[in-house]
Amino acid sequence: MTVQLVRDDLLPPSDPPPRRHLISIGDLARDDVVRLLATARSFERSLEREMKKLPTLRGRTVVNLFFEASTRTSSSFELAAKRLSADVMSVKSSGSSVDKGESLKDTALTLDAYDPDVIVIRHPQIGAPELVARVTGAHVVNAGDGKHQHPTQALLDLYTIEQHVGPVDGLHVAIVGDVLHSRVARSNIQALALMGARVTLVGPPSLIPRGIEAMGCEISTDIAAIGSADVVYVLRMQRERMEAGENHVPSLREYTARWGVTPARLRPGQKVMHPGPMNRGVEIDPRVADSVDALIGTQVRAGLVVRMAVLYDLLTRGPVEIKAEATEEVA
Amino acid sequence: MAILHGRPGHDDLVVRSARVIDPTQGIDDLLDVRVDGGVIVDIGLNVSPNGHRVVEGRGLVLAPGFVDPHVHLRTPGREDEETIASGTAAAAAGGFTAILAMPNTEPVVDSAAVLGSLIETAREEAEVPVGFLAAITRGQRGEELTEMAELADAGAAGFSDDGRPVVSPGLMRRALQYHGITGRRVAVHCEEPTLSRAGQMHEGPVSAELGFAGYPSVAESVMVGRDLALAAYEEQPIHLLHLSARESVEELRRAQAAGVRATGEATPHHLVLTDEAVRSLDPNVKMNPPLRSAEDRAALLAAVRDGTISVIATDHAPHAAHEKDVPFEEAPFGVTGLETAFAVLNTHLVAPGVLSLPTLLARMSAGPARAYGLDEPRIEKGARANLVLLDPDAPWRVGDGGFRSRSRNSWLLGETLRGKVRMTVADGRVAYEAA
Repeated sequence: MTVQLVRDDLLPPSDPPPRRHLISIGDLARDDVVRLLATARSFERSLEREMKKLPTLRGRTVVNLFFEASTRTSSSFELAAKRLSADVMSVKSSGSSVDKGESLKDTALTLDAYDPDVIVIRHPQIGAPELVARVTGAHVVNAGDGKHQHPTQALLDLYTIEQHVGPVDGLHVAIVGDVLHSRVARSNIQALALMGARVTLVGPPSLIPRGIEAMGCEISTDIAAIGSADVVYVLRMQRERMEAGENHVPSLREYTARWGVTPARLRPGQKVMHPGPMNRGVEIDPRVADSVDALIGTQVRAGLVVRMAVLYDLLTRGPVEIKAEATEEVA
Repeated sequence: MAILHGRPGHDDLVVRSARVIDPTQGIDDLLDVRVDGGVIVDIGLNVSPNGHRVVEGRGLVLAPGFVDPHVHLRTPGREDEETIASGTAAAAAGGFTAILAMPNTEPVVDSAAVLGSLIETAREEAEVPVGFLAAITRGQRGEELTEMAELADAGAAGFSDDGRPVVSPGLMRRALQYHGITGRRVAVHCEEPTLSRAGQMHEGPVSAELGFAGYPSVAESVMVGRDLALAAYEEQPIHLLHLSARESVEELRRAQAAGVRATGEATPHHLVLTDEAVRSLDPNVKMNPPLRSAEDRAALLAAVRDGTISVIATDHAPHAAHEKDVPFEEAPFGVTGLETAFAVLNTHLVAPGVLSLPTLLARMSAGPARAYGLDEPRIEKGARANLVLLDPDAPWRVGDGGFRSRSRNSWLLGETLRGKVRMTVADGRVAYEAA
């Protein structure tokens, strides 16, 4: 029997319309990633100057709408927008009308009245950025939606790997830990696969979602599988997402004994990454976190220039050459 | 006590030269049908109008009225989402001549008092006859049985905790034992809550990629297996609501072959969509049970064709716009379906040759009526007129011209479908006519 496909309009279009938002790594083609990373490199050079502010997005408005606690992502987006001279407004859910029971749609419509160019949103629920994109006229950047996507994290990770390890194409990256609850893992699997890396997921079977190998990765429950990787990417054990009674792992002690990333389980020269915040002594041994092979601080610095590149790219959609001129203006 | 309740009335009319299809009687011919005082009195060629209004049926199909045994009328409690009047008007527009309403209202239909007031309202407001199921357990809390015998005497059309499973096997067994007294079907929502826990969509590659907590097929099929085992042991019939998984279909087929009097239903959305649709993150493709894989969909279609699944039911679940206009994860489960059921299945299953038109008509009419022990709509002399006049080729866009339902959470908004209901005659009365 032939089974019909789903409704045509629900299938991904073969020729996508011009990109307005960055909600998922799936929104990007390989060329887009190459361009974004090149733009980030040119911004990194500009930040070496004494005068760090660029006039590029003067007069533009960026709204940061954060419904979850965040230090590095929210501060990095805020600084990225400021370095590009945009006006920035940061709205947090606590102490705002959200506390009074306002719906996300109404909050988005309220902010849309100021006609922002970009809304950066972090929200605990999958689909929140799509809703904001649907009801406002702004470009929407997903800064993390539930367990779905965190695309700027994956871009800054690619940037870090390119700068400190080498071209992503052909590299082997092991992602270790709680993949089930990790939007960072999902964005990274997509981004690494898009750029030609081999990806192996390592962790307890209860934290590796069924069917995820369809995203183009391998799966192992044996920590020894990190041995052949060029980069070991350690995920945070998301204790706040482990709902009571779910029992994904019997105990953190057992998790650490089996899957903790320790010096003994690494080869010299293997690079180690972590999206933060770390639980030292749980998923990552403190000696690993502080070793010369750890790129964790580098990742944070990469976040700034990559987010500058994302904002710039959405608002100008220009080729990378224009960026050179933009940096010239400051010179 | 009658099971179905609606506004009284009857009409006289003649439908001329329609393709009359009554699959259970093997009729498929160009015929005239005359209705006198709400009763079919003549079927044949050149039937005399006898002064009645004549409805031209050339190019149209006249079939036994549809029966939808799975509707949420949201009354009492959420009349902003649906009322008996609006829900039955939507049913009439969809070609349904009888519907059954689920008891998961606020309050739950678990007492003769609540049931009695619904029946009274239906007699005044219902555009097509409606039957009301009562809950299996008080408040649908799964702790103690409702007074099933008294509820049956008060007119309950059947029993269900739909929306929730009866978690305790012991209670489920008692409910089946009571079927021996009431004769009114026990209909079960099969979901093992410790497996479906927090699940937002089918567990598989799509949920893994999107990051949603998965609601695996086995959460349904283990409960299907348990309930079929209990029905077999108690030698009582059972009806399985909205099946979604291949494994559930296999359980049902095995039980039927072993002589268990089990019936099963499938919804239009499970027969047309798969979990790929959830990539849109549109809250209008969020249902319980969830849309499943292409293999599950194929198994449901095969079961509808061979009769293992004899019932197509909409699971019409109206929701207020502001409750669906939220991120997918926050949205409630459920979609509307009464006004689009025939058209979407005609477009996506009959037109491409996946299902024959007579089979579709049987699964939407005689199948559901039999599953609940209702009189099946028939096109025969002496029968009450329960008829639907269909234009199988007419295109229309869903949402144009609005809905008769009070809610518009349709997964088909903006879709162009083929197949229009021209007229619905329910229990002898013209309940709907297309403009």
